[in-house]
Amino acid sequence: MAVRNLLQAIHDALEEEMRADETVMILGEDVGRAGGVFRVTEGLQEEFGPDRALDTPLAESLIVGSAIGLSVNGMRPVAEIQFADFIPPAFDQIVSEAARFYYRSNGAWNVPITIRAPYGVVPGGALYHSQSVEAYFCNTPGLKVVAPTFPKEAKGLLKSAIRDPNPVLFFEHKRCYRLLKEDVPEEDYTVPIGEAKIHREGEDITVVAYGLVLHTALEVAKKLSGEHGIEAEVVEPLTLYPLDRETILDSARKTGKFLAISEANITGSVTAEMAALVAREAFEWLDAPVMRLGAPDIPAAAFARPMMDAFVPDAALIESAMLELARY
Amino acid sequence: MYRAMLLARRTDERMWILNRQGRAAFVISCQGHEAAQVGAAYNLRPGYDYLYPYYRDFAMTTVLGQSARDHLLSLLGKKEDPNSAGRQMPGHFSSRELRIVTASAPVGVQYPQAVGSALAFRLRGEDGVVLVSGGEGSTSEGDWHEAMNFAGVRKLPVVFLVQNNAYAISVPEELQVAGSIAKRAEGYGFPGVAVDGNDVLAVYEVAKEAFGRARRGEGPTLIEAKTYRLTAHSSDDDDRRYREREEIEEWRQKDPILRFERYLFEVGLLDEEKKEEISAQIKAEIDEAVEYAEAAPFAGPEEALERVYAEA
Ligand SMILES: Cc1ncc(C[n+]2csc(CCOP(=O)(O)OP(=O)(O)O)c2C)c(N)n1
Repeated sequence: MAVRNLLQAIHDALEEEMRADETVMILGEDVGRAGGVFRVTEGLQEEFGPDRALDTPLAESLIVGSAIGLSVNGMRPVAEIQFADFIPPAFDQIVSEAARFYYRSNGAWNVPITIRAPYGVVPGGALYHSQSVEAYFCNTPGLKVVAPTFPKEAKGLLKSAIRDPNPVLFFEHKRCYRLLKEDVPEEDYTVPIGEAKIHREGEDITVVAYGLVLHTALEVAKKLSGEHGIEAEVVEPLTLYPLDRETILDSARKTGKFLAISEANITGSVTAEMAALVAREAFEWLDAPVMRLGAPDIPAAAFARPMMDAFVPDAALIESAMLELARY
Repeated sequence: MYRAMLLARRTDERMWILNRQGRAAFVISCQGHEAAQVGAAYNLRPGYDYLYPYYRDFAMTTVLGQSARDHLLSLLGKKEDPNSAGRQMPGHFSSRELRIVTASAPVGVQYPQAVGSALAFRLRGEDGVVLVSGGEGSTSEGDWHEAMNFAGVRKLPVVFLVQNNAYAISVPEELQVAGSIAKRAEGYGFPGVAVDGNDVLAVYEVAKEAFGRARRGEGPTLIEAKTYRLTAHSSDDDDRRYREREEIEEWRQKDPILRFERYLFEVGLLDEEKKEEISAQIKAEIDEAVEYAEAAPFAGPEEALERVYAEA
């Protein structure tokens, strides 16, 4: 075991996959010589050369489009979008192209690509370096969307994404990159796409969360247990599309009280899908209305700190929502 | 070459008849483009080089080996349609065996994909070439420029073929393209050639040069084949709203098939008897294809739910 943070775990997964399979390569803006603006790909160009750790021109549609072309000609590319905020120029290649190759060719052409995109609010990030855009993609059959939060799952999930025969969008919360270290196995392992993880068992309420707010939710859950004896079950979806419906529903049925949290704009977000699912499939088990927390419907987090803090559901807000639900 | 051009033309004409009879829902045509397509595609090694076609590249896919039957099955959306088993509209070509990469409807998206496949050849040190094709309207899209730039930066083995037929639906070239398409290549650091797209041998020559360059590791080439589409944009389009009949008549005089036929007669490679024979063969092939395709079954509704995700 090695103690690694999220950023290092992602780096390690890339490095190990590139060592194990010579068709695996990375491409994107500044990923080669500079090692990525967050240093996720640091050292990969030294080890694998400028072709397999390839600096591309600044052109997102090209990055994803050429990754598609690489993949249909035998490669397993991992494309980096420097910030999730800059994914719209590549939207067409992801949604209309990568996601549909397999279906539209009746199974003849598949697209084994991984697209990594750092997302989420960071101080100073403001409108164009802080967005959570996952919902745009969680309505697109043919795509898989994953968003791990902790190093251990991130490493195993990235390996699964690279080995998956389908296009996988891999979202990394920037603020979680260095937030926490944990033991990460050094031997080869994968975490399956499509399976949620229960981080904390509990009988009283279910909280589903991912990204920075998952860290917050886990802290609050611990606090509520100590102070009020309220035991929250905390579930991380890991895969946002297609969702692990069973795990989410089992937990909702067990506790009868359901809260979903993310830092994406609340309307139409991935938590809305979970809420609809629980309301329909667990109605008879519910003891309280299904609740959600998310960002207000404004374009993104602002630059100035007080406005930024108002964007992401914080510990106080999450605590009051969990308490309200528990006491309902 | 002559046979491929004629087969594409006659099949295409039959598809319009079926459409006007209400037996086919949609046709998009290659008529007028046969020389540009056949001349270029003759340089491909089927099953090895990659082709990223656009919706008019019927004659190209014919060169690679798709038959009249394949095209008719696709026209009618039957289960046996090799392109998509009836999932896509006609004109969205695909064949894994022939390395025709599944085509899309949004214009221009094929260019970045094509340079990616060219990069894969380069990374493995293979001499494969990628041919990617589109109309002049597609050169207005950002994807075209992004792909041209990357191909130039990395000297990739890709041949860009722009079939300039002077219209993007109704918008004429003057309102679509600033300056010259062929000359743009220079700005991306590689050669661009304009060629008479109605002269199959001229297109073949410049394409041969371009494929040679690509195979020798000398990088991409842009070919602008100047041609004309003899039909409306598609069976849903009424081109009387935006172009004069006289203009089409003028271009009919330059029909690439008649032109090649005259040449073949002149050099003694074709005579009336041989011509009749080829025509009769083609007609029989198309008749058989129509009959077969009309009788062929559709995929069942349950199949619409399948093959969304590839299994490991
Ligand atoms: C991104 C996108 N925008 C609009 C369309 C609708 N459309 C289909 S074909 C076409 C014209 C394309 O013209 P050109 O590239 O010159 O090819 P041509 O049809 O003349 O061969 C348009 C506007 C589309 N398919 N994709």
